[in-house]
Amino acid sequence: MFKYVIRRLLIAIPVLLGVTVINFIIMKMAPGNPVDMLISPQTPAAALEAKRIELGLDAPAYVQYWSWFTHLLRGDLGYSMVTYEPVGRMIFDRLGPTLLLMGTSLIIGVAIAIPLGILSARRQYSKLDYAAVTGSFLGISIPNFFLGLGLIYVFSLWLKILPSSGMSTLGGNGGFVDILLHLIMPVIVLTANVAGRNIRYVRSSMLEILEQDYLRTARAKGLKETLVINRHAVRNALIPIVTVLGMEIPILFGGAVVIEQIFSWPGIGQLTMSSIMSRDYSTIMGLNLLAAVIVILANLLTDIAYALVDPRIKYSK
Amino acid sequence: MHNPKDPAVPLQPLLALENLKKYYPVRKGIINHTVDHVKAVDGVDLTIYPGETLGLVGESGSGKSTIAKLIVGLETPTEGRILFDGQDISRLSPREMIGLRSELQIVFQDPYSSLNPRKRVGDLLAEPLKVHRIMPAKDISREVDRLLELVGLPKNSRGRYPHEFSGGQRQRVGIARALSLKPRLVVCDEPVSALDVSIQAQILNLLKELQRELGLTYLFIAHGLGAVKYVSDRIAVMYSGKIVETGKVDEIFREPKHEYTRTLLDASPIADPRQRNKRRAFHSH
Repeated sequence: MFKYVIRRLLIAIPVLLGVTVINFIIMKMAPGNPVDMLISPQTPAAALEAKRIELGLDAPAYVQYWSWFTHLLRGDLGYSMVTYEPVGRMIFDRLGPTLLLMGTSLIIGVAIAIPLGILSARRQYSKLDYAAVTGSFLGISIPNFFLGLGLIYVFSLWLKILPSSGMSTLGGNGGFVDILLHLIMPVIVLTANVAGRNIRYVRSSMLEILEQDYLRTARAKGLKETLVINRHAVRNALIPIVTVLGMEIPILFGGAVVIEQIFSWPGIGQLTMSSIMSRDYSTIMGLNLLAAVIVILANLLTDIAYALVDPRIKYSK
Repeated sequence: MHNPKDPAVPLQPLLALENLKKYYPVRKGIINHTVDHVKAVDGVDLTIYPGETLGLVGESGSGKSTIAKLIVGLETPTEGRILFDGQDISRLSPREMIGLRSELQIVFQDPYSSLNPRKRVGDLLAEPLKVHRIMPAKDISREVDRLLELVGLPKNSRGRYPHEFSGGQRQRVGIARALSLKPRLVVCDEPVSALDVSIQAQILNLLKELQRELGLTYLFIAHGLGAVKYVSDRIAVMYSGKIVETGKVDEIFREPKHEYTRTLLDASPIADPRQRNKRRAFHSH
């Protein structure tokens, strides 16, 4: 197992390298550059040129990439071309709010999906089952931005009970309750998504397990039905769910870009969006690297968790 | 049947099925109404005496496995009675049935699917002992060792998972599990039909040995006559939900009365070519 993890981490290095190269190429191909986005149309061409040279944008693309890469090896993600702040610092500051948003949504979403999916499977074709399946269908189908705007309309504009944007009230002290109130709506949107997807996974996985012969064996042993379900069925049904949950992390990370935009949540997603709009090359590269690392780590953790919960899985080497 | 020790005293049956019926509804249409019934078991009378092995044969779909499930309470009968030791157990609530679990056990057909893949063999065997509170917790570990030894599995099996065993070994686990509660009646629902022929004999021998040692009573279900002939004292032949013939093993094999039994006999292969020719001559009308 240890060897397997080391091997996977070693494989991750060329993958990360490839991701940054491809991202760099795409970024360079996009029209505009940081200087164009920064400066008003009246600025003289000479000043623009001076700025370009100052930022190192006059050098050939491969030289620029190489410069970024050698800095990265020294643990330096460079400076933002727009705010002149260190990129590492900027990302670190934004990480907290995003983790708070994602973590809360993931936990609540899973806490809804697992019991509801199990109940739905045990009472297949009941009213509860139809309600759960329909609800999950809605959760998957409604676009995040639409649900988000709908919630803002109802709770902020109409009922005026929830703040429409940000993580804390401007000028307020940013206390726990204040943050909680700001958290409610974006969490509802992301949770609807997470729960919607996973109710179906849990339900179908549970339905499959309920057909298994070893449940009949457990009943023949004289176990009470609750024990049959909890000990023998649920534990087996949740094995495939581990994989799906691992994939939730990258999905949530992507979803956060849209949601943070709508609710002006000061997290990674909002930073991603603004750095792309202003062609802030070094920040884009840093965020992209972070996303790639998260996807790779989430995959690795999923595979490890899978081996831990299912004794039939053994990784060679 | 009479008591072998004293032929004058008739023996009390351990299990008696009286006019047992199980119909499954066939539902159709949008309003899901019942249009017909599948008569899986259609009025079966059967008695099993303590210490004997009753073989139950019949083709797939003849209702053998439904009878097995009815006896061990995994299904409820549509009609009729199941008398275990004189007591009707067919209408017991699940809670009452749990109390009877230790008396009535079942060995399932497929040893690959009937063991929970995520549990160690030791835990699978210990579980019934724990839920029925048969013995103090400290003795359970020793009992698991004893069960493993009883069915001829190495002691280190307890820490392993079902997938690490071969089919025959898995069926031994299934047998050990059924025996862990010290049952009086064991229903063997086609216990060898999922195994290789070479392994079948080993498992059949094990079942016979255990019967001798522990004084077990078996209802042995199979679709072919080979295994049944080897282990049974008496045989009941089942055809589309009904028992068509019952009798001692040699009687059934010597002079089958029912047409279906004859067909079954003809279908079972005979290894010795001389015997085979004899039968052909006997049956050519």
